[in-house]
Amino acid sequence: MSQKLRGAEIFVRALIDEGVEFVFGYPGGSVLHIYDELYKQDRLKHILVRHEQGATHAADGYARATGKPGVVLVTSGPGATNCVTGIATAYLDSIPLVVFTGQVPTSLIGNDAFQEVDCIGITRPCVKHNFLVERVEDLAITIKKAFFVAASGRPGPVVVDIPKDVTANSCVYDYPETVEMRSYKPTSKGHPGQIKKAASMLMAAQRPMIYTGGGVVLDNAAAELTRFTRQLGYPITNTLMGLGAYPATDPQFVGMLGMHGTYEANMAMHHCDVLVAIGARFDDRVTGDLAKFCPEAKIIHIDIDPASISKNVRVDLPIVGSVSNVLAELSRHIDAEDFKPVDRASDPWWQQIREWQKLDCLHYDRASKLIKPQFVVETLYKVTNGDAYITSDVGQHQMWAAQFYKFDKPRRWINSGGLGTMGFGLPSAMGVQLAYPESPVACITGEASFVMCMQELSTCRQYSLPIKVVCLNNRYMGMVRQWQEFFYDRRYSHSYMDALPDFVKLAEAFGHVGYRIEYPGDVEGALREAFAAKDRLVFLDFITDQTENVYPMIAAGKGQHEMHLAPSSTSDRELA
Amino acid sequence: MKRHTISILMENAAGALSRVAGLFSARAYNIESLSVAPTEDPTVSRLTLVTRGSPEIIEQITKQLNKLVDVIRLIDLNEGSHIERELLMIKLRAIGGEQRDEMMRLVQIFGGRVVDVTESSYIVELVGDSEKLDAFIEAVSPKRILEVVRSGVLGILRGTKALRA
Repeated sequence: MSQKLRGAEIFVRALIDEGVEFVFGYPGGSVLHIYDELYKQDRLKHILVRHEQGATHAADGYARATGKPGVVLVTSGPGATNCVTGIATAYLDSIPLVVFTGQVPTSLIGNDAFQEVDCIGITRPCVKHNFLVERVEDLAITIKKAFFVAASGRPGPVVVDIPKDVTANSCVYDYPETVEMRSYKPTSKGHPGQIKKAASMLMAAQRPMIYTGGGVVLDNAAAELTRFTRQLGYPITNTLMGLGAYPATDPQFVGMLGMHGTYEANMAMHHCDVLVAIGARFDDRVTGDLAKFCPEAKIIHIDIDPASISKNVRVDLPIVGSVSNVLAELSRHIDAEDFKPVDRASDPWWQQIREWQKLDCLHYDRASKLIKPQFVVETLYKVTNGDAYITSDVGQHQMWAAQFYKFDKPRRWINSGGLGTMGFGLPSAMGVQLAYPESPVACITGEASFVMCMQELSTCRQYSLPIKVVCLNNRYMGMVRQWQEFFYDRRYSHSYMDALPDFVKLAEAFGHVGYRIEYPGDVEGALREAFAAKDRLVFLDFITDQTENVYPMIAAGKGQHEMHLAPSSTSDRELA
Repeated sequence: MKRHTISILMENAAGALSRVAGLFSARAYNIESLSVAPTEDPTVSRLTLVTRGSPEIIEQITKQLNKLVDVIRLIDLNEGSHIERELLMIKLRAIGGEQRDEMMRLVQIFGGRVVDVTESSYIVELVGDSEKLDAFIEAVSPKRILEVVRSGVLGILRGTKALRA
């Protein structure tokens, strides 16, 4: 016990004692002592990425799929700055990450030393918290605090900056079981009086709506949410981040809401009289014009972060607490009142919702001779029996994935919702596949997003990760093109990609398999073949209809009821 | 846009101040004044800042500040009865008997003290709330002012109620 260990050894021991499985990293000068210790052990599995951004996204994917903090280890300077996009991605979606960055020795800090940056300063606005470890004696306790802060309360990324001399110096190792911080005490239990009031408001509602977000997934509260929703029999919608928290195939689910949400979800939001928001943050992509948001509704907001309450939308009844805890309490109250779920067949609110559903807002041209991107996602759903882990990049393909892959389970849908980081899809799929080596993992991407982190194809080869890359290749930055079509008189400024790589050859060059699919009739066969190849990464390059747009769409600054619908469904008018 | 004085107890740790300042710039809130020093417990600093905003903005500011991991506790002093003080040190040109006499009278009226004297200048020290210091500066001819330094506002609740870590 009293034997002294070097900082690098303490680092490795602490991660093992914390229960860390994978470290996603890239070595460099400032972390060489640590890498030397990693070499001497086989408990921690180090995954060598090809770019530090890939390490953060991979750790992020691992965290989203498992609920455990993802761990990153990189060197100082460019190693740290390359992580910033990944850290900000995790921050905006409240994903627990612990990112260890090397730093120049304490004696050189501030000297503009080789590969020195002010990592604490650069990452400060996009972390939940960050630490500079100045003495080896503080190393173990700081690592403990970092994991505690990252995973508790509203989760988020934490950066720990470790100067090289700290990893060389020695002290006695003692990893604490728990840690107390007087300045950080997250609350979990909701206020009983507020919960009781919320239950009464909900039971008295005529046109209720349940709107849930990523907080339900983060708190592993899908079971509590499902019980609560079925007890009431009310319609439920999920945000982009909340998909899977309630089974998408259940009749009470009315689809995703927001800018590209379903007509019925957005209309139900607009016309509801009681809205309960659960682990959701009233993001601008959800609310549209705040002045027109839910004009008739009394709003209940359940969130673990007090700062989320009344940030964008003034709420009538706030409840600060963990979603699982508050939902369980609400269910208890509803049970105690012997409340019977509404009868969907006779309830007038449900009749209204069925009218909206008749519009079939996700309609697309199924007879097209070109491959429709929606068709690829629908076929992927069919081929994987709706039970794959799906990661995505950012853009049109992301929205089609969210609309057409019906997630029945939480933590299956992994995408960058808040920051909207192109390049997220492939590296995050690596983290998911490592966590669940036997499960099917698909990355739905576009050709523009994919090339932003395509170097990770090399990592996939090194660790034999059999990810299926489903590329909806329309030769455009599709979402940019869509906005230019709608709002810039079809001036397609720099949204067309000339000189794209031959993705089949690209996949082959990295040691994988590639297919190009050009006809709708070949889509299912190609997907089946790809998923049958259990030990290979397969890149499926679907050449899709270039002109396809994502519908419905609420233009920025419009109200939730002001949706553009697909031209072929009913008419091309703007519904109001 | 009401003026609010917020008192914060936080860890006396490297970077804690930059987290507070960074929060204000990142969310486009403004800081009118800011002062910070350790308390009787050297591991705890007390930071007092003055800001302006609508009730909604002030609510967000206090919530976001509370969310900072280094912040132990805070209070919006405007929610209760409190005392505010600020220190002014002002260097004034003071040449000739008449000018110097007039200046001494002004200092006496405001309850200040002259803490440094040369043949051609005074340094005046004045403690009070911000309005009183503003009034003193107004009362002095701008031509006479060589230098102004203000501490930023400090505040404390009246009565036995205390902000403690």
